[in-house]
Amino acid sequence: MEIAQIAFIILLLITFFWSYKKYSELVRAIFLARPVEIKGPVSARLRNMFLVAFGQKKMFKRFLPALFHLFIYVAFLITQIKLIEIIIDGISGSHRILAEPLGGLYTFVVSSIEVLSVLAFVATVIFLWRRNLLKLPRFKTAEMTTWPRLDANIILWAEMVLIFGIFAYNGADTVLQSRDFPGYPDTGNLAVSSWFGPTLFGGMETSSLLMWERLGWWVHILAVFGFIVYLPYSKHLHIFFAFPNTYFAKLKPRGEMENMPEIMNEVKSMMGLTQEEEQSVDMEEIPEFGSKDIFDLDRINLLGAYSCTECGRCTAVCPAHITGKKLSPRKIVMDIRDRAEEVVAKLKSGNPEYIREDLRDKEKKLTAKNFDDGKSLFDYISPEELHACTTCNACVEACPVMIDPLEPILKMRRYEILTQSAGPSDWMPMFTSLENNGSPWQMSEARDAWKEDLEE
Amino acid sequence: MSEKKLKVLTMAEWAEEGKTPEILFWVGCAGSFDSRAQKITQSFCKILYHAGIEFGILGTEESCTGDPARRAGNEFVFQMLALQNIETLNAYQIEKIVTACPHCFNTIKNEYPALGGNYEVIHHTQLLRDLIEAGKIKVTEGNAATKLTYHDSCYMGRVNGEYEAPRQVIDSLKMDFKEMKRSRKNGLCCGAGGAQMFKEDEPGDKRVNIERIEEALGTDSEVILANCPFCITMLSDGLKAKDKQDDVMVYDLSELIVQNNSW
Repeated sequence: MEIAQIAFIILLLITFFWSYKKYSELVRAIFLARPVEIKGPVSARLRNMFLVAFGQKKMFKRFLPALFHLFIYVAFLITQIKLIEIIIDGISGSHRILAEPLGGLYTFVVSSIEVLSVLAFVATVIFLWRRNLLKLPRFKTAEMTTWPRLDANIILWAEMVLIFGIFAYNGADTVLQSRDFPGYPDTGNLAVSSWFGPTLFGGMETSSLLMWERLGWWVHILAVFGFIVYLPYSKHLHIFFAFPNTYFAKLKPRGEMENMPEIMNEVKSMMGLTQEEEQSVDMEEIPEFGSKDIFDLDRINLLGAYSCTECGRCTAVCPAHITGKKLSPRKIVMDIRDRAEEVVAKLKSGNPEYIREDLRDKEKKLTAKNFDDGKSLFDYISPEELHACTTCNACVEACPVMIDPLEPILKMRRYEILTQSAGPSDWMPMFTSLENNGSPWQMSEARDAWKEDLEE
Repeated sequence: MSEKKLKVLTMAEWAEEGKTPEILFWVGCAGSFDSRAQKITQSFCKILYHAGIEFGILGTEESCTGDPARRAGNEFVFQMLALQNIETLNAYQIEKIVTACPHCFNTIKNEYPALGGNYEVIHHTQLLRDLIEAGKIKVTEGNAATKLTYHDSCYMGRVNGEYEAPRQVIDSLKMDFKEMKRSRKNGLCCGAGGAQMFKEDEPGDKRVNIERIEEALGTDSEVILANCPFCITMLSDGLKAKDKQDDVMVYDLSELIVQNNSW
């Protein structure tokens, strides 16, 4: 076994175990939130996943960005087919082991990768220009701090490196084939490399060609391994998470806020609407209503936060944001993810300081159940942001991967009003009037006074 | 315009006569108490009358659906109002409800079922469309030169997916209709939803209704149509802020039908 094979196998194993560990951590993070009943037909969910995640239906509201995004996405998907061969070659020390058995099909697949890589290259250049030189407001809002901006650029540059790898690998290879160098099987005429290869590499010595070919191969595979390990730390996780997120996206009507049966039953018993045996709401331990922290959101809310691409389409259409208020739906979603990451890191540390104070004597081991670091989502999201929302659903409509930024906002409003008894002071007289008069306004006239001067 | 008084019966009055009307008209708080929205309520009653539809209202037995309370986060108040309304509606065995308020529409249609209230709910623009299609109300074409634009309410549009019914009604008026740039799925909120109507705006550069009215004025329209009493308040306030209240009018669709017919 050669040293290159050993190096490859070690890198493959590192990538595999590292990503296994990190991705299972992500799943555990999502499971910190409340379980949620998955309602509605599987067919409708599959349809959403197929159209919105795979088909990128919601991206195509704006054609050009959608088209360029599609280039990168399809190039990414189809390049993964080639990964099978790369892994076999890397382990066994073979070279293009599938070229001869597949023949024309091989030429077709590799040519497709090449054409899409050229398109992806064009798209990447445009995206880098758009993100860094064009003053697009949605890339510049307050939550787009150093890391989110760097994250976006890292992946675009990595994309460039990957494309460079592919063409160095294929281009040098075509020249080696034309010189009948042993061990370089005929790949057929490749769409781009068959002319690009000879143009760029044609004048080189065979020894340099061998070097360029290997360099391209290693750059390609290292970029792929890098992607896999990097994704869980990055907004680019959406290339995987868009699928479960669109599948699990709630199918209820948009206008329906989740019912709170515990409050419904309490009010029913207050109003004398329940049978005796149903009146079992235990109000002894005053329950907390609404969402204070990620533990009080549901798993679909957290899955959404991890699926966010930080594209800012939600924020760009938010009426509160457009008129200069502090609310940005993208920030809400990013805050939820950041808070979840903070909780996960603290849980991992096992530091007993994070055990709830009243349990510290009894329980020695830090768990999600006894966790309390004295912080919550409210340390990330201010009441001012929550209060600016008009519930217009523009953000929900805009999200290309079906994240619902509105639901967490409303759940946090519930916490504020029901558990903290806080909230905008203007709302207090409204609540009083609703309770006493059944109308948000304090009115002295009768509800049907308008009937009096009505003529045919 | 005739001088004969139009009599609107409450469900209690219908019950006294031992009859059940075809449909319940859910008036809503704005339609009941807001002086501007009362005119929409009256217009819609006239249309129902001229279409020969027997309808009832709940009158003093109606309460807020609870929409602003729920969206503000106050589930207790929401449940109190909603459960009371459902008790009343079920006592009258109501099956079909029409309302001129998209917020009432949404809450009764999408949120009452989980609390035990199941009804067929339609919005008045949907009923207007159906009545026009069935030839039950005459639509007198308006002045073809009058420039109109239409503001989608969030709760009929994006939330409940109804973009066509109001536009079909507008088409039948044969006036000079022009869309705003942000319309249908991309329609911009008026700024009232989510109980914003009942509080001051959070600090910012401008109010949402100003942003919207600027866009509406950009179409050069003389009439801005809407389908929600809260949108109408917000847009009217925006006009006043721009000192355009004498040049441009904000109407509900039903009002334009009544005006064109001189009812």
